[in-house]
Amino acid sequence: MASSYNAKEEDGHHSGAPAHGGAAAAAAKSKKPDNTAFKQQRLPAWQPILTAGTVLPAFFVIGLIFIPIGIGLFVTSNNIREFEVTATPTRDTSNVFMYYGLSNFYQNHRRYVKSRDDSQLYGDRSALTNPSKECEPYRMSDGQAIAPCGAIANSLFNDTLELYHIDSNGTRNTIPLVKKGIAWWTDKHVKFRNPGGNNNLTAAFRGTSKPVNWRKPVYDLDPSDPDNNGFINEDFIVWMRTAALPTFRKLYRIIQKKAVTTPTLPSGRYVLNISYNYPVLSFDGRKRMILSTISWMGGKNPFLGIAYITVGSICFFLGVVLLIIHHKYDTRNNSADIPN
Amino acid sequence: MGMDLSTLRTLIIRYCVGEENWVDSRTIYIGHKEPPPSTEAFIQQRFPDNRIVSSKYTFWNFVPKNMFEQFRRVANFYFLIIFLVQLIIDTPTSPITSGLPLFFVITVTAIKQGYEDWLRHKSDNAVNQCPVHVVQHGKVVRKQSRKLRVGDVVFVKEDESFPCDLILLSSSREDGTCFVTTASLDGESSHKTLYAVQDTKAYRTEQEVDAIHATIECEQPQPDLYKFVGRINVYMDNEPVARPLGSENLLLRGATLKNTEHIYAVVIYTGMETKMALNYQSKSQKRSAVEKSMNAYLVVYLCILISKALINTLLKYVWQAEANRDEPWYNQRTESEKQRHIVIRAFTDFLAFMVLFNYIIPVSMYVTVEMQKFLGSYFIMWDDEMFDEELGERAVVNTSDLNEELGQVEYVFTDKTGTLTENNMEFIECCVDGHVYVPHAICNGQVMPGAASMDMIDTSPGPGAREHEELFFRALCLCHTVQVKEEETVDGIKHGLHQGKSTSFYISSSPDEVALVEGMKRLGFTYLRLKDSHMEILNREDEIERFELLEVLTFDSVRRRMSVIVRASTGELYLFCKGADSAIFPRVISGKVDEVKARVERNAVEGLRTLCVAYRPLSPEQYEEVCHLLSGAKLALQDRDKRLAEAYYLIEKDLILLGATAVEDRLQEKAADTIESLHKAGMKVWVLTGDKMETAAATCYASKLFHRNTQILELTTKRTEEQSLHDVLFDLSRTVLRQHGGMTRDTFSGLSGDCTDYGLIIDGATLSAVMRPGQEDSSSGNYKEIFLEICRNCSAVLCCRMAPLQKAQIVKLIKDSKEHPITLAIGDGANDVSMILEAHVGIGIMGKEGRQAVRNSDYAIPKFKHLKKILLVHGHYYYIRISELVQYFFYKNVCFIFPQFLYQFFCGFSQQPLYDTAYLTLYNISFTSLPILLYSLIEQHINMDILKKDPSLYRDIAKNSLLRWPIFIYWTILGVYDAIVMFFGAYFLFDNTTFTSNGQLMTTNTQMMFGNWTFGTLVFTVLVFTVTFKLALDTHYWTWINHFVIWGSLIFFVVFSLLWGGIIWPFLNYQRMYYVFMQMLSSGPAWLSIILLITASLLPDVVKKVICRALWPTTTERIQFKGRCLASEPSTIFMLSQTSSRISF
Repeated sequence: MASSYNAKEEDGHHSGAPAHGGAAAAAAKSKKPDNTAFKQQRLPAWQPILTAGTVLPAFFVIGLIFIPIGIGLFVTSNNIREFEVTATPTRDTSNVFMYYGLSNFYQNHRRYVKSRDDSQLYGDRSALTNPSKECEPYRMSDGQAIAPCGAIANSLFNDTLELYHIDSNGTRNTIPLVKKGIAWWTDKHVKFRNPGGNNNLTAAFRGTSKPVNWRKPVYDLDPSDPDNNGFINEDFIVWMRTAALPTFRKLYRIIQKKAVTTPTLPSGRYVLNISYNYPVLSFDGRKRMILSTISWMGGKNPFLGIAYITVGSICFFLGVVLLIIHHKYDTRNNSADIPN
Repeated sequence: MGMDLSTLRTLIIRYCVGEENWVDSRTIYIGHKEPPPSTEAFIQQRFPDNRIVSSKYTFWNFVPKNMFEQFRRVANFYFLIIFLVQLIIDTPTSPITSGLPLFFVITVTAIKQGYEDWLRHKSDNAVNQCPVHVVQHGKVVRKQSRKLRVGDVVFVKEDESFPCDLILLSSSREDGTCFVTTASLDGESSHKTLYAVQDTKAYRTEQEVDAIHATIECEQPQPDLYKFVGRINVYMDNEPVARPLGSENLLLRGATLKNTEHIYAVVIYTGMETKMALNYQSKSQKRSAVEKSMNAYLVVYLCILISKALINTLLKYVWQAEANRDEPWYNQRTESEKQRHIVIRAFTDFLAFMVLFNYIIPVSMYVTVEMQKFLGSYFIMWDDEMFDEELGERAVVNTSDLNEELGQVEYVFTDKTGTLTENNMEFIECCVDGHVYVPHAICNGQVMPGAASMDMIDTSPGPGAREHEELFFRALCLCHTVQVKEEETVDGIKHGLHQGKSTSFYISSSPDEVALVEGMKRLGFTYLRLKDSHMEILNREDEIERFELLEVLTFDSVRRRMSVIVRASTGELYLFCKGADSAIFPRVISGKVDEVKARVERNAVEGLRTLCVAYRPLSPEQYEEVCHLLSGAKLALQDRDKRLAEAYYLIEKDLILLGATAVEDRLQEKAADTIESLHKAGMKVWVLTGDKMETAAATCYASKLFHRNTQILELTTKRTEEQSLHDVLFDLSRTVLRQHGGMTRDTFSGLSGDCTDYGLIIDGATLSAVMRPGQEDSSSGNYKEIFLEICRNCSAVLCCRMAPLQKAQIVKLIKDSKEHPITLAIGDGANDVSMILEAHVGIGIMGKEGRQAVRNSDYAIPKFKHLKKILLVHGHYYYIRISELVQYFFYKNVCFIFPQFLYQFFCGFSQQPLYDTAYLTLYNISFTSLPILLYSLIEQHINMDILKKDPSLYRDIAKNSLLRWPIFIYWTILGVYDAIVMFFGAYFLFDNTTFTSNGQLMTTNTQMMFGNWTFGTLVFTVLVFTVTFKLALDTHYWTWINHFVIWGSLIFFVVFSLLWGGIIWPFLNYQRMYYVFMQMLSSGPAWLSIILLITASLLPDVVKKVICRALWPTTTERIQFKGRCLASEPSTIFMLSQTSSRISF
C-alpha cells in the first residue's frame, strides 16, 4: 500500500493542488515524507564551477584549434578562382560553375516568397487547375489557371548565357554547358513533379495558362529533354528556391572538366553571349555572371576563415589574460590552491 | 478559556470583515407556524434552500465562463489579441504559431479547473443529498439536506454534523446543553458547550418540539463565526416572552455534535448563507516581489515590441517611397490590396510586425513559472527535515505563489507564545499574599518520587492568611472555562460518579488554564466537573465542595481578564477574577499588592507567565445589580459587545488581591539557534506578543534575540508617562543615530558584533500613540518616521502588550515604509491571523491553539525551528531558480526574435519571418522549455548543508538582487549580442560572394543554392544550441535529470528537424522546409559556421563570469569555491574533527 503510494508520487502525477490533495492524501496515510534522494533534493550530482583555472585550458584549446582551421579556410578560399563577367580563364582541372547574379532583387519579400503553390508544383491535379489563393495576382489569366502560378514562377530568370572560347586562330568554340545537376536532388525528384508523369506534358497542362511574363508555356521550357521539362526543369527549380538576401547568385550551368590533365577552361579569349531578356533596370538591379571553382568548403568565402582566425585569436588572448588574472587573484582570494 | 479565545477571535474577524452593526434582520417562524395575530404582520420572507454550491461552473456555462475568466488575465488576453489579429489580417506567421500554444495553455488550465470543479460538484452533491432528520407534524422524517428550509426543526444525533446553522432548542441532556467540536471549522478539537434556549429546553420529544410556537429575530447572516445576535419570542398562551440569543445558542454548519445523544434545533441560515459557506471566500492574492519584477520586465518588453513594430513600419514606408521598391514588376500587389487606403495598410503592417515579433513575450513563460511554482512546492512538503515526529505533521504549502519570496525576507515578525515557546504550560508556583507555594511535581500527571504535595518557602502564614490561601485555591479552581473529559474506554464511567481519578483529564483551548487547574490539583484542590450549573471541587480533606456557577465574564484581549460569579454552598456570593497584572492591579482596593507585585515582576523577569487572582465578595443586592447589568447587556440587540464590555467594567471593580500564579512556557527546541541564524542572514526579527514586557523580554534574552551587549531602548508607557512621547522619540533617535552617524549605514556590513546592537522594546499603548493619525498635523507623520528610523537601526524589536490588530498594523507599517521590505509573519494562534494575512509571507505554526493560523497561512510548518530551513534553504533555492528562470526566458526570446527584426532590413520590411512556422511554434514549447523548467526545479548553486551552516549567504540575494535592472539589462544585452552574432554570422556566410554551394565536392556534384529557409534554419540551429549551452553553463548541479533534458532537447531538436524536413507533409500547403535541414548539414561550411557562431555567442558570458568570479567574487562564489576545495581535501576535515575530539577529552 505504502509503496504504491510512493511510486505514484514519484511519477509526478500529483492530484489536485498541493494544499487539498496533499492534505487529503496525507491524512489517510502517514504524513512522514519519503526519504528518497529525489524528494530530499539530494540526488547525486556533478557540480562544476566556471573559474579562471578551469576555463583557461578550454580557451587555449579553442584558440589552438580555431586558428589553424581559420588559416586553412582562408587559404582555401583564396585559392578559389572566381570571376565576374570579364572572366579570365583558369588552369583548374575541376568543374567550373557558372552563376548568374542579381542584386537589389527582393526574392525574400514576403509577398513574393509565399506567392507559389507547392501542391501544384508537386503535380497535384486539382491544384493545377485551381491554384492556391497565395498566388494572387498571378493566379489566373484569361480565366485559366496559371501553371506554374505565383510571382516567383512568373519572374523566372530568362536570359540565356552562352560562353565561347576563341582559340588562337579566331574560331569560336562553344563551351558545352551542362544544365542538369544544378538543383537539389530532392527538389528535382520529390518536391517538383509534373502532373501525370513526364510524358505528354502538353496534354497534362491543357487548360492552364502560361505565366504572364513567360514567352513560352511551362511544357516548353526544355522540349529537348523530357527529364528537364515542365516543373522539373532545373533552371526553374533553382529559381523557385528563393534567395535569402536581395543580392544573390544562382547556379546556372556547370562546365564539366574534360580530362585530368587538361584545364576546364584553357587560357585564351572568351566571349559571353547574353540574350538579354530580363529587365532589371526598373528596380535598379544589376546582373552578373560568375564563373567559379569550388573547394571542399564550398565557394569563395573569406569570411569564415577570417572569423575563425579572429575568434581563435581572441580566445587565445583571453586565455593569456585569464592566466594572469588567475595567478594574481585566484590564489590570493582563495587561500586554497587550484583544485586538481 | 475556551470562550475567551473565541471572543478574541470575534474581535479580529469583526475588524477584518468590517461588519459591526446588525444591519438587517430576518424573522424565522419555527416550524413555519404563524405567530398569533396580535403580534406583527406575518410576512414569510424568502430564503435560499440548503443547497451548498462550492462549484464555480455548471455544465452549460463552463466553457464561456471559464474562457472569460482565463482571458481576464492580461497575458492570456494579449495572446488572444495576437491570435485574432493573425486570423483577421494577412500576417507573416500562421495563426497556428500563437494559436496552438495559447490553445494548449487554455486547455490545460481549463481541464485542471474543470476537474477541480467536477470534484467540487461531487462533494457538493454528496453534501446536498445526505439525509437529515426533520420534525414534521410531530414525527421525525428523513429529508435530503438540500431540501431544508429556514424554520424547519431538525433532529441531530450524536456524531452527526449539523447540516446548516441552527439555534439549539433542546437537548437530550438534562441541563439543555450540548457539546460540539468545531474541528472542521477552525481546527479546535476541544469540545465547546452550547446552550439551549431557556424556554424551550424542556421540550424533549418530537411532539413537544412540534408544539413550540415561537419566532426568532436575528441578524442577516454574516461571516463572523463567533458572533451572533438574535432574539427569540416564545408565545406561551399568546404572551410573547423575549429571550436573547447569542453565539452560545448557535450550532454552526460543519460542527459535529459530541457527547450528547440528540438535539432539536431550528434552522436559521441555510445553504450559501451559513457562516461556514460565507467564510469560504478566497483570501486576497499575494504577489511576490519576483512576480512584480517580472511584470515590470514585461512592460519593458512590450515597449520594445511596440517600438520595434513602429520603427519597422516607419522604415517600411520610407523605403517604399520609391515605386519600384514598393511594387517591382516581379512582385505586384493584388487589386484589392492596391485599393486599400494607405492608413489601413500602414496599420495592418504595424499589426503584422507586432505579430512577427510577439514571441518576445512568450506564452510559455507563464506556464513554466506556474509549473515551477506548483511542482516546486512539493519539495517543501516532501522535506524530511521539516517533518515533526512528535506532531506527526509535515510542512504544508497553502499557496505555491510565494516560494521565491521565502528567499527575500527582511523582516520576521514572530509571535511569542506557541511560536517561540512550546505553549506547553507548566505550573511553576503561586504566591498568596507574598507566600510562595511550589508543587514538587511535573505536569501531565507524573508525580516526582518523594515529592511533598506542597512546599512553603515562607514561614507559615497566620490564620488570616490561611483563609486567603484557601480562597485563592478555590478561585483558581473555579475561575476558568476548563472542561473535564472522561476517558471513554468504558461506557459506564461516563455516567458514573467522578472520583477525580486518572480517568478524567482537562481540556481547554487555553493551555494556561489547564496548567493552572492541574497545578491546583497538585496543591490539593481538584476541580471535578461542572454539573447542573454547579462546579464541584475536591478539597484537601477529600470533601466535595459545590459552588453554583452564576455568571461567566469571559476573557477578551482588551480587558485581559476573566471572572466568574459563584455561590458557595453556604450561600455567600463571590466574584473571582483572574487576569494580567496590569488588568488587575488598577482595580484592586486591598490586599498585599506590593508583595505580590514584587513577586510577579521577579517571575516575569525569569520568563514566566504570570496571572493575578483577585476576588470580590458580593452582597445579594450587589448581585442583583450585576444580574441586571448583565441581562440588560445580553438582551441588547445593538452594540451588544460594547454594552457587555461596559457591564464587565462596572462589575469587575473593588477587587481584593489574593495572589499571583506563575506558569512556565518553555522555549521551543532550537528557537535560539534559529533566531541567531535569521539574524546572521540579515533579517530583522521582531517579536510581537500580547504578553507583558518583562516576560517577553525574558523570552527574548533566552531566545538570543537580545544579547548581553544589546543596548535596550525602551519606548513604553512607563517612559512616556515621565516624558512626552515626542521627547522620548527624539531622545532615542538621537542615541541610535549617534552610533550610526559615524559609519555608513550599510546594511550588509553591520551586525559584525563589534558595534553596539540596539534592541527596542515598545508596548501596545505607546505604539498606538505613535501610530495615531493626524493629531498635530505635521508632527504625527513625523512620529512614524522617527519610529521607523529607530526601528531600522535596531537589530531586534520587541513589541509587547499587543492586540491582534496592532500586530497587523505593525506589519503594515513596516511593509509600507519607504524601502518596502519583504515581511514575514509567523504565528500559531488565532491572534496571529491578522498579521499572517497582512505580511508578504504568512507562516503558520501547527501549534496547540487550533489551526486557524495554519488555515490562513501561506505555508505552515510544525515547529519554529523549521523556519530556518524553509527560508535559508528552500527560499534561497527558489529565489535563485526563479530569477534565473525569468531572466533566461527573456534572454532566450531576445535571441530568438532579434534576428527576425534584423532580417526585416534585408527583406524590404516585408514581415518575412526568418524561421519556419514549426520552429516559431515549437521553440518555446519544446526545444528550449524542459531544460529551464528542470533547472528551475533542481538547481542548487550551493550545497544545502552549507546554506544552513552559513546563513550570511542569504544576504547575497537580499533585495531582489538577481532581478535588479542592471542584471536584467545585462541579460538583454547578452541576448541582443547573441542575436547579432547569429544573424550577421549567417549573413556574411550567405553574402553575395559566398556560400553558394555545398562542401561535398569530392563525393557528389550537387550544387545547392541555399535559400532563405536554409538561412533561417542555420540561424535557428545556432540559436537553439546557444541558449541551451548558456543554460548548461549556468547549471551548477548536474543530476542525471539535467543531463537528460539538456542533451535530450538538443537531440529532440535535431530529430524533429530531420523528420520535419524529411517528408512531404500532405496536410501542409507548403513544403518549404523539405530537405532544408539535411542539405544544410551536408555542407561543411554550415557545420563550421555553427560551431563558430555558438562559440562566439557564448564567449563573452563565460569571460564575464570568470573574470567577475576572479576579481570581485561574491560570498556565494567564494563558498562555492571553498566547498569544492574542501570536498577535494577530506583529510583536512578529518584532522579537524580529530583535534576537536582530542580537546574534548
